[in-house]
Formats: sequence, C-alpha cells, structure tokens
Amino acid sequence: MIEILWFLVDSMLVLLLLALAWTTCSSRDVMRAVTLFIAMGLLLAIIWARLKAPDLALAEAIIGAGVSGALLLSAISDYPSTAITSHRSPLMHGIINTFTLALTILMSWAVWHGLNMSDGVRLSEQVSSQIPVSGVSNPVTAVLLNFRAYDTLLELAVVLTAVLAVLILNDKRADSAASSPLLRGMTRWLVPLLVVTSGYLLWVGAHAPGGAFQAGAMLAAAMILLQLAYPSIHRGFNLYLLRVLLVAGIFTFVLVGLWMMSANDDFLAYTPAWAGTLILIIETAATISIAAALTLAYIGGRPTGWETGDHVITGKEDAG
Amino acid sequence: MIDSLAVLAVFFGLFFFLSGSIGLLRLPDVFSRLHALAKADNIGLAFVTLGIILLEPSLLNDIKLVIIWLLIMAASAVSSHLVARRALRGERDDD
Repeated sequence: MIEILWFLVDSMLVLLLLALAWTTCSSRDVMRAVTLFIAMGLLLAIIWARLKAPDLALAEAIIGAGVSGALLLSAISDYPSTAITSHRSPLMHGIINTFTLALTILMSWAVWHGLNMSDGVRLSEQVSSQIPVSGVSNPVTAVLLNFRAYDTLLELAVVLTAVLAVLILNDKRADSAASSPLLRGMTRWLVPLLVVTSGYLLWVGAHAPGGAFQAGAMLAAAMILLQLAYPSIHRGFNLYLLRVLLVAGIFTFVLVGLWMMSANDDFLAYTPAWAGTLILIIETAATISIAAALTLAYIGGRPTGWETGDHVITGKEDAG
Repeated sequence: MIDSLAVLAVFFGLFFFLSGSIGLLRLPDVFSRLHALAKADNIGLAFVTLGIILLEPSLLNDIKLVIIWLLIMAASAVSSHLVARRALRGERDDD
C-alpha cells in the first residue's frame, strides 16, 4: 500500500517537473518563464530530497531557486517586459533542438549504463573506503574539498570569472525606490538569522549536508535581502575589502594547494592529519568569496566608486 | 489515538491548502487571491505542522518545526503585503 502511494507521489513529482521545464522553455513572456523556473527549482529540491540527496536539495533550494531566481528577476527588471523576446530563425531552432535531443539520449544512455554495470569499481565504494583519511565524515564534502578539490578550485574560478565579466560590463543598477517598512522590519530580524544559518551550514558541512556553496549562497541571500530593504546600503560597502573578499576563496585554496605541494609533492594533496582543518579554512574563505561574488552579480555591476575606491557616502541622494 | 489526531490535523491542514489553491485559481483579483493564499500558508501549514509534531517524539525537532512555521508565516505576511502594495501602486501608475 505504502509503496503504491510513494509511486504515485514520485510519478507526480516527475510529471510536474517535466511540465514545468516544458512551460519554462516554451514561455514567450520572460517574466513568466523566470517565475516558472523558480518554481521548477523548488520542485527539483523536493525531488533531490526524495532521492535522499540532501546536499543537492539544499544547494538547489538556495542557489537554484533562491539566488538564481533573484539574479534573473533583477536582470529582467532592467528591460520592459516587451523588449525581450526570442528571435531565433527556424534553422537555429532546429540545430538547438537536435543537439539537446542528442545530449538527452547520450546522458540517458550514460545513466542506464552506469546503473547496469554489473562488475567494476563503484565510485561510492571507493569514496566510503577513503573517508577516514579525508579529514571529514560527510562523503560529499570529502569529494568536493579533498578527492576532487581541483574541480572545486576551478568552480570557484568560474564564479570569479563570471563576476569579473559582470564588473567589466556594467555599473551597478540604479537604486530601486524606497522599500516598505514591513520589509525593512522583517529584514532586521531575518538577516542575523541568515548569517547564523550560513555559519552553521559551513561548520556542519564536515559531517552532514552543508558546505561552502550553500553557506555562501545563504550569506548572499542575506545581502540581497538587505539590498532590497535598504536600496542605498551598497554605499556603505568598503570597496577595498570587497575586492579582497572576492578573491579570498581562490587565493586561500591555491595557497593551501601550493603549501601541500611543498610537503607532499602533489598539488592539493593534504596531509591526512591536517585535512579537516585545511578543508575548514578553505571552505570559510570560499563561503565569503561566493557570497561577495553573488552579491556583486545581484547588484549587476561595479558599485559606485569602484574604480577609484572612494567611498561615496552622500546624504543628499538618499535622504528619506 | 495520537496517530489519528495527527492524521486528522494533517488532513485539516491539507484542506486549507486545497481551498487556498482553488481560491488562487478561481478568485477574480490579486487581493482576494492573496487572501486565499495567505490562509493556506498560515492555517494550513499550522495544522500540518501540528500533525507532524504529534508524530515526532524529539523535542528538538518539534522546536525546529515551530520555527519553520513561524518563519514561513512572517515571509508569507510580508510577501503578501509587498504584492498587494505593488498591485495598488501599479493600478495607480497605469492611469
């Protein structure tokens, strides 16, 4: 009986996900597409939780639905809703569809092949057998920050590169109008809570679902909320410090990698006794960098005074 | 006994979610839709949370559930307010 119920719930989740994905892609109105995309992210988080992958569920809920949703919404707010429509030729449509279809078939085959592989070494077993020397007890963190640390370093580089592109292309968006007192009131309560939760996610990543990306995105969410409630708050940013924070993650990561290279003859090959501490140090720096990067991406470009580094704290423009 | 109370509470909560969803789809304007949605968020979730608390023996988890409910209540109240405010302003701007 209970199996049938779960089967019904699972099929409903899958069908809803497919339907949302389809309507997101086929929607002509960009605002509608973004809203549907956020809903899809939340549904995907539920599906990851159902698949017993809480790390991914957390990441999808915070980054996929939360922060990406805010980024997309702020991006389309720059244009009137009629200005963005897709102008693709039928040929281009055909090419894109063919490639997408080919990719879907290839990935389905890869999953099917992986599940049906009777012999050979399963990666999950290899990971579990190496957990004791990884310095952490959460297998996901062990993979991300130890066994595959190089990949994570490159991911941080990708985030930094993307934000550098944003900074090169644009000044920050014009300040939005003054927000509602109710939102400001809630923000005052919520931001400290978000900061504490972010710290918790960072710390707990060593032995339970959590980690730098989730914690960083949570911190960025706090900054986005502040930005929404107090549109002129960016004028208080210390821009020198912001630059340092932006690169702190990669800098620390590479520094630890080089240091370990001098000790163990291999880039990012941790000494097992120090691995836990090193991972925490890297994750702390990465959390801050990710938060700074996402915040800058959200405000959409260089904060006022970015080039000169001057603080522009004026009373005239945001009186009231 | 506790079990059936819990099931009852969850179903009562789900009823509010159902009527909230129907309200969202059927009611004519933004404000009445918001009204329907907020009911589902606050009371529906309250009863679902109550039902789960009855089944959850760990006090720590019970406290977490209540915190989640309170946070969603706050978020739902503020976001309803923001949507309503925007809708009011928008109608004025269109003139």
